[in-house]
Amino acid sequence: MRIPVLEISEVRKAFGSEVVLEDISITVPEHTATVLIGASGSGKSTLLRCINLLELVDDGTIKLDGQEITSVAANPDEIRRKLGMVFQSFNLFPHMKVLDNIILAPMRVHGISRDEASEKAIELLKRFGLSEKADQYPDRLSGGQQQRVAIIRSLAVQPRLLLLDEVTSALDPVLVNEVLSTVRDLKDHGMTMVLATHEMGFAKQVADEVCFLEKGRILEWGSPEQMLENPTNPRTKDFLQRVHEAGRL
Amino acid sequence: MSNEARREDGSTPNPAPYSFGGEWSPSAVEIERRIARKKQVRRKALIAAISSILVLGTLATIVITSPGWKVLSATFFHWSYGFQVLPKILLGFFESNLILTLIASVSVAFFGLVIALIRTSRSAALTPFRILATIYVDLFRGIPMLLVIFLVGFGIPALQLKGVTNNVFILGIIAVIITYSAYVAEVIRSGILTVHPSQRAAARSLGLSNFQTLRHVVLPQAIRRVTPPLLNDLVALIKDTGLVSILGVTDAIRAAQIEASRTFNYTPYVMAAIIFLCVTIPLTRFTDRTLRKSIERQNAQGQA
Repeated sequence: MRIPVLEISEVRKAFGSEVVLEDISITVPEHTATVLIGASGSGKSTLLRCINLLELVDDGTIKLDGQEITSVAANPDEIRRKLGMVFQSFNLFPHMKVLDNIILAPMRVHGISRDEASEKAIELLKRFGLSEKADQYPDRLSGGQQQRVAIIRSLAVQPRLLLLDEVTSALDPVLVNEVLSTVRDLKDHGMTMVLATHEMGFAKQVADEVCFLEKGRILEWGSPEQMLENPTNPRTKDFLQRVHEAGRL
Repeated sequence: MSNEARREDGSTPNPAPYSFGGEWSPSAVEIERRIARKKQVRRKALIAAISSILVLGTLATIVITSPGWKVLSATFFHWSYGFQVLPKILLGFFESNLILTLIASVSVAFFGLVIALIRTSRSAALTPFRILATIYVDLFRGIPMLLVIFLVGFGIPALQLKGVTNNVFILGIIAVIITYSAYVAEVIRSGILTVHPSQRAAARSLGLSNFQTLRHVVLPQAIRRVTPPLLNDLVALIKDTGLVSILGVTDAIRAAQIEASRTFNYTPYVMAAIIFLCVTIPLTRFTDRTLRKSIERQNAQGQA
């Protein structure tokens, strides 16, 4: 069997005395998507930030392509080169045009020439229907467009694994779809990813595995059909019921 | 904002069910409103004019009818004498104040930036420098600049070190740089701290190193934000270059003082003041404009 892209085992994370992740174990094989669901504060974002080494785990290990990235000897900058991360609040660099946002990391981190990086960036912008926006500043774009640019920015470094942290939560409902279809497109092209989301319909479409987190623990996991239609854990049922009532299923 | 952007790229499929356009002329209600507004504007202008004439006129009358006004205007506003000494004061301004400002502002920008970077860094290796930088800023933001000028201008020559200059002009510049670097470092540091942590997280998650993040993401945003207060400091710096005159540097103020003490007429001081104003007022206006623009830009970002 091939080595999974991501292997999280028994990870624990606490901020002071508050435990935010406990005994988390997840395996993400290549070309699959794992979706994390759960209420706000359940630890989804923290887990993604741990994978990206923006937070350090307090116990357990995380392996990327078989290499332990939680090891003290691991170089965070080198590991982050293999990861892409998209944030809830887009986090585009406001002082740079769209194109410059995208080519910054390819140029500075991967040493690709400006011309080559621009060419690839424009290709990506075309693929996602944003080529007209290359020379605009992010604040001239709609939220959906900004988030799609942020996704392209993280793709430009050709990551092994893409982390998406509630990428549609800051968007108004009309703009959500354009971002979700972008993510679906990536999944269809074989991108390996871990997503935190509140969009259950979307989770069903892209997920190979769904994990339900509550208070920092994985209470239940399984295929999207089983998890979203026939959950066995009463807490999962309860959570899905509440999401359903909020009209998001 | 987002709606407009969508319309621009034509991604909203349905055209509006109704359309505006065609010839439009204001209705009777609107015409009436415009006339009423014009009346209001005229009334406000009238009130402003009357109140200005009343207040300023009273002040002028008080000053001019005061018992000492004749003597005062002769000693402070003796214009023909003023223009006679103007070249000497101008020479002092260009040779000292302006050159001092140029050299000091460039050096202050450099040292201020370095100190701000040291103070905001978290590197373990820089710990001693961080402590030193903090002490430095605390000290020189707290000591009046006049005292720093005295300490540097008279203290350093008193050490009688070999190879160290006794040139008061250079010592004066050093004192100005020492004081202003502390202020500017704090302004830049506050700019760095206002850049949201999520910007750093985004840059680091792309694989940029700490230094690259600072260089390409944090600093450009920070400097843009603090440009108005930095320009404000530049105006203050220009004026404060006059303080080095106490070391005996013949700047505009010192030149005016020499003339004034020769004739006991104080018009040279007024001339020096006018010269400073000629530089600082345009710069202040420019600062105001920059500030307004930066606020507008931030508001635009807030709406996006």
